[in-house]
Amino acid sequence: MPTVRAERLVNLVLCLLATRQYLTAERIRGIVPGYTDAPSDDAFFRMFERDKAELRDLGIPLETGRNSVFDSVDGYRIARRDYELGEIDLEPDEAAAVALAVRLWDSPDLTGAAHGALIKLRAAGVDVDPDTPAVVEPKVRTSEPAFAPLLTAVNRGRVVEFDYRKQSSPRPARRTVEPWGVVSWRGRWYLVGHDRVRDAPRCFRLSRIVGTVRASGKDGVVHRPPEVDLLGMVAKQNDQPPASATARLWVASGRAQGLRRRAKPIEALELDGEPGEVVEIDLIYPDSAASWIAGYGPDVVVLEPDSLRAHVRMLMSGFAEGVH
Amino acid sequence: MDSAQNRLPRLLALVPYLLARPGIPVVDAAEDFGVTEKQLRRDLELLWMCGLPGYGPGDLIDISFEGETITVAFDAGMRRPLRLTAEEATALLVALRAVGETPGVADTDAVQRALAKVESAVGNAKPAGVAVGLAGREAQATAEMREPIQEALHRGVAIRIRYYTVSRDEITERVVDPMRLLLVDGRSYLEAWCRRAEGVRLFRLDRVDEVTALDERTAPPPHARPTDLSEGVFRAREGQGTAVLLLDPDARWIAEYYPVEDAADLPDGRMRVVMRYGDESWMVRLLLGQGGRVRVEEPASLARLVADRAATALRRAAAAEARV
Repeated sequence: MPTVRAERLVNLVLCLLATRQYLTAERIRGIVPGYTDAPSDDAFFRMFERDKAELRDLGIPLETGRNSVFDSVDGYRIARRDYELGEIDLEPDEAAAVALAVRLWDSPDLTGAAHGALIKLRAAGVDVDPDTPAVVEPKVRTSEPAFAPLLTAVNRGRVVEFDYRKQSSPRPARRTVEPWGVVSWRGRWYLVGHDRVRDAPRCFRLSRIVGTVRASGKDGVVHRPPEVDLLGMVAKQNDQPPASATARLWVASGRAQGLRRRAKPIEALELDGEPGEVVEIDLIYPDSAASWIAGYGPDVVVLEPDSLRAHVRMLMSGFAEGVH
Repeated sequence: MDSAQNRLPRLLALVPYLLARPGIPVVDAAEDFGVTEKQLRRDLELLWMCGLPGYGPGDLIDISFEGETITVAFDAGMRRPLRLTAEEATALLVALRAVGETPGVADTDAVQRALAKVESAVGNAKPAGVAVGLAGREAQATAEMREPIQEALHRGVAIRIRYYTVSRDEITERVVDPMRLLLVDGRSYLEAWCRRAEGVRLFRLDRVDEVTALDERTAPPPHARPTDLSEGVFRAREGQGTAVLLLDPDARWIAEYYPVEDAADLPDGRMRVVMRYGDESWMVRLLLGQGGRVRVEEPASLARLVADRAATALRRAAAAEARV
C-alpha cells in the first residue's frame, strides 16, 4: 500500500473514531488530508468508495446514518465500542497456550489469520512468546485445494456445487450442498452439510472432491441448524464398532517383524519344509488385517479362523491367476 | 509476512502496542510485528503525520525516540487494537479448542482459561465454520510410550528406543536425542536426532516398542533443524524405485494415501499412477495385500516377484490345510 494511501486511511479511521456525528462524504473530503488531492468529484468518490471497502475488509465497523431527518444523504462514523478489542490479560501459562494455538496451522488460509489475531492480542498488551516450547507440537495442514473455497462458502453462507467421487466409484457425481462447516478428523478434512439432492445431512471427504468447488446463489442463504455438532457428525460416520477377533498364524522364522511385535508365540512348527512358529494375535479390523497379513506372502500362513484364511487365499489367488 | 499487504492492520495496531509497552526497544517491536527495524521506523514516521482533525502540533500522534527505545506521548484516540476479524477469531479459537480438547497436548486448564478470555474479548458468539479433532486412533501401547518420551524431553536426556521400521520390516535399537513430540494429521511422532542415521528423523509413536532413558544429556548437533512438515511427513528420497501401477476402483485409496505422480483416469474406470518407493520389500507387501486390485505395469521384475510370492504363499497355505 502506498504511503499516501496508508496515511489517508489512518487519518480517516482516527477522524471517524473521534466524531459522534455522522460525517457525510463531502464533509470528510473537506476534513481528512489526502482527499483534497482528488482532481474531480468523480475521482474523489471512486477514491472514497475504495477506502470504505478497504476498511470493511479489515473488519472495521463503519456505521452509516443521518444526524437528523433533514439530512439528505447518509454519513459515516465508527462506534468505538464496536471497533475496540475487549480487555484481555493473560497469565504466562495462558499466553503459552495461545502461542501453541497460533503455531497449530500449517495452512495458507489460516496461518496468516492466526498471526493477525496474535498482533492484535499483543497490541492489547498481552505478551506472547511465539517460541514457548510445548510438550507436544500439534500441526494441522490444509493442503486440499477445496479447503479455501469451502471455508469461504461456509463463512458467507453460500451453497456449493462440486464433483465428488466415492471411494470405490470411478465416476464422480455432481453434488449440491448447503455447507455447515469444514472438519479435520484424524488427519483428514471433511465438509459437513445438507446434501440437497439426497435431502439429508452428509459428510464429504475433501480429498475426493474432483475439480473446482463453485459457490452459487446469494450470501447468507445457508443456515446451520443450531444443534449440529460438526465434529460429532464426522466422528459418528467414521466410527464403526471394532469387531476384535483372535487369529492363529504360522510365521516363518525371523520373518514378518511387524506382525511378530503384536503377536504372542505359541510353539515351533515346520511348514512346507520351512522352520517357523505358530503365534496368536488379536485383530481388530478383519478386512484391513487380511490385507496386512497377505502382504507378507509366504512368510505368514493363516491357520484360524476360516474366514480370515479364505480372505487371504482370495487375495493371493487374485495375483497368481493374473500372471502378467 | 507480506509487509505491504499487512501494513494498514499493523499501523492500526502499532500505537496501542507501544502504549502498552513504554520505552520498548525498536528491535523488539520489529520482531513482534515480524518486520525489519527499517520498516518499523518507516511506519512510525507515517504515524507521525496522522492525527485528529485540525492536524496541528497538538492533534498529531506523538511518538518519541530515546536512543533505541520508543514511547507514545499522544495517541490521538487510538488506544485499543481493532477487534479480531471473523477469520482471525476462527483461526485462533478453533486452534485453542483443538489443543484444549486433545489429552496430553497442553496444560488443559490453562488452555480453557485462555479460551474463555479470548472468547470474551473477541465478543462474537457466531459459531466457527471449522472444527478440528486432533487426536487419532491410538492403542494403549502407544499411549504408554508417550510418557517416558515426555519425561526424557523434560529432563533433556537421550533415550534408547526399539523401533519398527515398516519400509524394511525390521526392528532396530537406536540411541536418539529427542527434540519434540509432534501430532501431525492425527498421528503422533517423536522428532529426534538419530545417532545411527546421523540425521533428524520422525519416529511414529505406534512403532516404538520400548523406551529407555539414558544417563546422558541430549546432544543434537547445532545443524539439526526441525522437519518442514508443510508437504506432509512422507518424503520422496533420492535413488528410490519407481513403479507404474493400475488401480482398480477398490484400490484408488492408494492414490489418496500415498504420494503418487501422474495419476490418470482410464476409460475402463481404473487409474494409472506412478509411485516411488524406497524399499522393494515394502512395495511387494503393499501389492500382495491388494490381491488382484492392483496391476504392476512396470517394472516387470517387480510384477514377477509379486506373482512368485503369491504362488509360494498359496502352496504353503495348501500345505497347512493338508496338515489339519
